[in-house]
Amino acid sequence: MAKIQVQTTINGETFDYLCDGQQSLLSVLRDELGLTGTKEGCSTGDCGACSITLDGQLVPSCLVLAAEAQGREIGTVEGVSSATGLHPIQQKFLEHAALQCGVCTPGLIVATRALLLKNPNPTEAEARYYLAGNLCRCTGYDKIIKAVLDAAASMRGESA
Amino acid sequence: MSNQNGSGSDRKFKVVGTRPIRHDGLDKVTGRANYGADLALPGMLQGAILRSPHAHARIKKLDVSKALAMPGVKAIVTSADFPEIGSGGMAAGESHIDPKDLQANIMARGKVLYHGHAVAAVAASTIEQAREACKMITVDYEVLKPVMTLAQALAKDAPILHEGRKAVGVPPLPEGDTNIMMRLANAKGDVDAAFKGADVVVEGWYEASMAHQGYIEPHATVVTTRENGQAEIWCSTQGPFAVKSMVAVTLQMDPNLIRVTPSEIGGGFGGKTTIYLEPVAVLLSRKARRPVKMVMSREEVFRATGPTSGTRIWAKLGVKKDGSFVAADTRMEFEAGGFAGSPMGAASMTLYAAYNIPNFRFEGLDIVVNRPKVAAYRAPGAPNAAYALETAIDELAQKLAIDPIDLRLKNAVKEGDVASYGPKYDRIGFIECLQAAKNHPQYKAPLGKNQGRGVGAGFWFNVGLQSSATVSINDDGSAVVRTGNPDIGGSRASMAITVAEELGIPVERVRPLVGDTDTVGYCDLTGGSRVTYATGMAVIEASKNVIEHLRARAATIWGCEVDAVEWRDGQAVGTNGASNNKPLSLADIAKQMAHTGGPIIASASVNPPAAGPGFGVHLCDIEVDPETGRSTVLRYLVVQDAGKAVHPSYVEGQFQGGAAQGIGWALWEEYLFDKDGKMENPGFLDYRMPVASDLPMIDTVVVEVPNPLHPYGVRGVGETPIVPPLATVGNAVSRAIGVRMHQLPMTPPRVLDAIETKKG
Ligand code: FES
Ligand code: FES
Repeated sequence: MAKIQVQTTINGETFDYLCDGQQSLLSVLRDELGLTGTKEGCSTGDCGACSITLDGQLVPSCLVLAAEAQGREIGTVEGVSSATGLHPIQQKFLEHAALQCGVCTPGLIVATRALLLKNPNPTEAEARYYLAGNLCRCTGYDKIIKAVLDAAASMRGESA
Repeated sequence: MSNQNGSGSDRKFKVVGTRPIRHDGLDKVTGRANYGADLALPGMLQGAILRSPHAHARIKKLDVSKALAMPGVKAIVTSADFPEIGSGGMAAGESHIDPKDLQANIMARGKVLYHGHAVAAVAASTIEQAREACKMITVDYEVLKPVMTLAQALAKDAPILHEGRKAVGVPPLPEGDTNIMMRLANAKGDVDAAFKGADVVVEGWYEASMAHQGYIEPHATVVTTRENGQAEIWCSTQGPFAVKSMVAVTLQMDPNLIRVTPSEIGGGFGGKTTIYLEPVAVLLSRKARRPVKMVMSREEVFRATGPTSGTRIWAKLGVKKDGSFVAADTRMEFEAGGFAGSPMGAASMTLYAAYNIPNFRFEGLDIVVNRPKVAAYRAPGAPNAAYALETAIDELAQKLAIDPIDLRLKNAVKEGDVASYGPKYDRIGFIECLQAAKNHPQYKAPLGKNQGRGVGAGFWFNVGLQSSATVSINDDGSAVVRTGNPDIGGSRASMAITVAEELGIPVERVRPLVGDTDTVGYCDLTGGSRVTYATGMAVIEASKNVIEHLRARAATIWGCEVDAVEWRDGQAVGTNGASNNKPLSLADIAKQMAHTGGPIIASASVNPPAAGPGFGVHLCDIEVDPETGRSTVLRYLVVQDAGKAVHPSYVEGQFQGGAAQGIGWALWEEYLFDKDGKMENPGFLDYRMPVASDLPMIDTVVVEVPNPLHPYGVRGVGETPIVPPLATVGNAVSRAIGVRMHQLPMTPPRVLDAIETKKG
C-alpha cells in the first residue's frame, strides 16, 4: 500500500513523515518519530493518556489519523517545558504530588494546558469536567485538581 | 489533611515527614520517563497473541502453517513450544502460584478456560502483519458449556474446568471432580450456643463483582535473546526478580540466563505481580533471533489479565444489647477465574481481624469459573470480606440504635489482643483511627434529604519479605541509593529521604535508582505495602554501614581511634581525645576518599518476617437521586494509621487512590458477560472507572501510631485504603435510601430496584 506523505508542525518544529492511511497519529508520534511522552492506555479515545493538541484543540491522538495532521499544528507533552524551565503546570504537578505512577501525567498536563488557555480561572467543578476524559487510576484526582487550580492561580499571577 | 500523633517515637526527624519533590518527577512531567511500551530496539519485531473466542473449549487441532507463510512473519509459538512441567507451589510474594497453571494461563494447553485465553503468538515485522497472521491460524475447538457464575460452578451437574483435579484444604472436601479447588475452615468457641445467647442477630448474603485493577499502562515487554541462551527482558512489572523466577519456571530455564530490567511502571495495584507476555516473547525472540516487543491492547488487559475475584459471602453476626459482639459465622465463595488461586485465604484471615469476637466460624471456597484467572489486587480478598462484615456491623448499629463508630470502638482490637488469625497484636492504631474519624468535622456535617453517611473500617497485614539496598558516596559528598523495587507511587523519594535522614545531607543530594536483576541485590515484589517498610529498612541499614566507613575515614584523617568519632547531623565529630579536631562534613571526607581507603559504598539486606498491620476508617456521604437511582459522593474521608509517614503527600496519595478504586468498585465497576461467556465491556467506556467529575476531594487524616518493628515506626500504607470503601459506600447508600443494599456495584438500576422493593 502506498504511504502518505505528511508535513506537519510538532511543538513548533516542522516534521515530515510517511504513514499508512489507517495509521493513528499516536502511532506515528510514538513509533515513527520517537515522541514516546504521549502514552497509549486504550486506543479507543477513552483514557486521555494520548492527549495532544491539534491546532490548539485537545484531542486523543489515538483517534486522529496520522494523515489528518497535514499542515496542522500539533502540541505534545515534549513541548510543554521550555529552555527557561518547567511550565507552571508541570511545576505544580510536582509540588502537589499529583502523580503516582505518572503514566497519565503527560496527557493530563497537555489537557490542563488546553483548559487554562480557554479558561484561566476554572472552578473546581469546571476543572473536573474538563479533565473527565483523562483517567488516573492512582491518585483519586484530589491532588491533580489541586495542582491544576494552583497552576491556574500562579499563571494568573496570584498565589493560591 | 491533618496529622494525628499517637504518643510514640521520641526520635526527632529532620527529613522524614517532609514533602520534597520526587526525584523521578521531572522525567514524568516532561514525558521523558520510559514505560513498558516506550522502548524500541534495532531490528525489533512486533508480537501479537491469538486469543480464544470461547470461554470454555477443548483445542482439538491447531494449524499455523498458513500463518507462517504470511508476509513479514518470522516466528509462531504455541503451547507445544513450552516445556511440560509438573505441579507444585512456587512462592511469589503474597500468593502461591502453581507453575503448571501459570504456564497454562500464559498459553493454553489442551483447553481454553476463558474468552481471551492465549492460544498462539506471532512475531512479524509490523504489528499489522502479526495481527493478520493471527487470523490465519486455524484452531479446531470443541466448544464446552461455560461456567460463568459461582452458582453455576457449584451446581450438581456443573461442567468441570479441570477434570481429575481434586479439591485441597480442610475437610470435608467434595468427592470426585469439582470446581472447588480449595476449602478452608476454622472456628473458635461455641458459635451456635453464642448465637442463642445473642440479643440481636443479623445475617445476609453480600455480593461483589469481579473488578479490574485498571492500571492505565497495559502490559508491555521487549525481549532480546542471545545464542548462548541468555534472555534480556524489559517489562512493566512490580517485581523484576519475580519475573525472572516465573520466566525461568515456565520455560524451565536456568535463571542465571535471565536478566530483567523493570521499565517505569504505569500502575499495577497487584496486577503486575505475575507474568503474561514475557515467556512468549522469549520464545518468539529465540525462534526469530531478533528482539521482540509485545504490548497488550486495553481489551486484552480486560479479557486476559487481572482481575480480582467476584464473591458471594454469607455472614451472620450476633451482639448483646450493649453492643458487644458475641458470635460470627461466615461462608465465602470466591471466583478464582480459570485456574485455582483466589485470595480467599487472605480474606478469611482478615475477615474478623479488626474485632474481638469470642466465638467465630468461617468456611471459604476457592472456585474456578470460565473467567480470567484472578491476580492480586491491593489487599487481595480483604475488601470483599470487609464488605460483608462491615455491612453487617452497620445493620447491627441501626438495629441497636448505636452510633456505628461507637459500636466499632466497643469491639475494636488493641495492643495485646489476640488476632483472629493467631498472633498477638503489638502496637496498633485502630482505636486512634476510629476516634479521629469520630472527631472529624465531616462526621458532624448535616445531611440533607436523600443523603446518607456510611462508616466502614478495614484491616490489612502488610508484609515484610526480602530487600536489599546499596548506598554509595560520590567524591562531592552526594549519595546514590540503589534498590530493586520499581517505583510505583513515589518510593524513590522515600528511599532518598531515608538516606538523607541517616547521613544528614539534603535530600536533593541523594539520587535514588531502581536497578535491574543483575545490578542490585535481591528484592521481593513492589507489593504487600512493603517497599517503604522493608526496602526502607535495608536502606537504613546500608546508610548506617556507610556511616561506619565515614567514621573510620575521619579517624584515619585525624589519626585517632574510630571509637572517638561520632556521626552527628551529617558530620564526623571528635570525642574523647579527638574533640580538638574540626568536624568533618560528608563532603570533606568524600573529597579525601582516594587517600583514606578508596570509594565508600555499603550494602545491606533484610528479611523481616512481619510488618505491623494497618487499620483504616472511612466516612462517605452520599446523595441518591430517587428518580434515577444515581449516587453522588458528596464527601469522603480516609483515616489510616501510617505508623510514620515518610513522605506524607505520597501517603495521602495512597489513601486517596485506594479510596477512589473502592468507590468505583462499589458504585460502577463490574464484569459483564454474555450467555456464551464473552466479556461485554472490555473497555474504559463500559467498564466505568471513576473519572475526575465523579469524585469530590478526598480528605485524609494520617494517624501515626509508631510500628515497633520499624526504626522510624513506618507501616505499609498502600493496600489498606481499598479495604473499607465497599462497605463504607454501601452503608452510605443504604442509609440514604432506607433499604439495605446487598450487591455491588450499586448501579442506578439496582438502587432503583431496592427503592421499589421498599415501596412494596
Ligand atoms: S490511548 Fe487515546 S484515549 Fe486512551
Ligand atoms: S498517576 Fe498513575 S494513572 Fe495517574
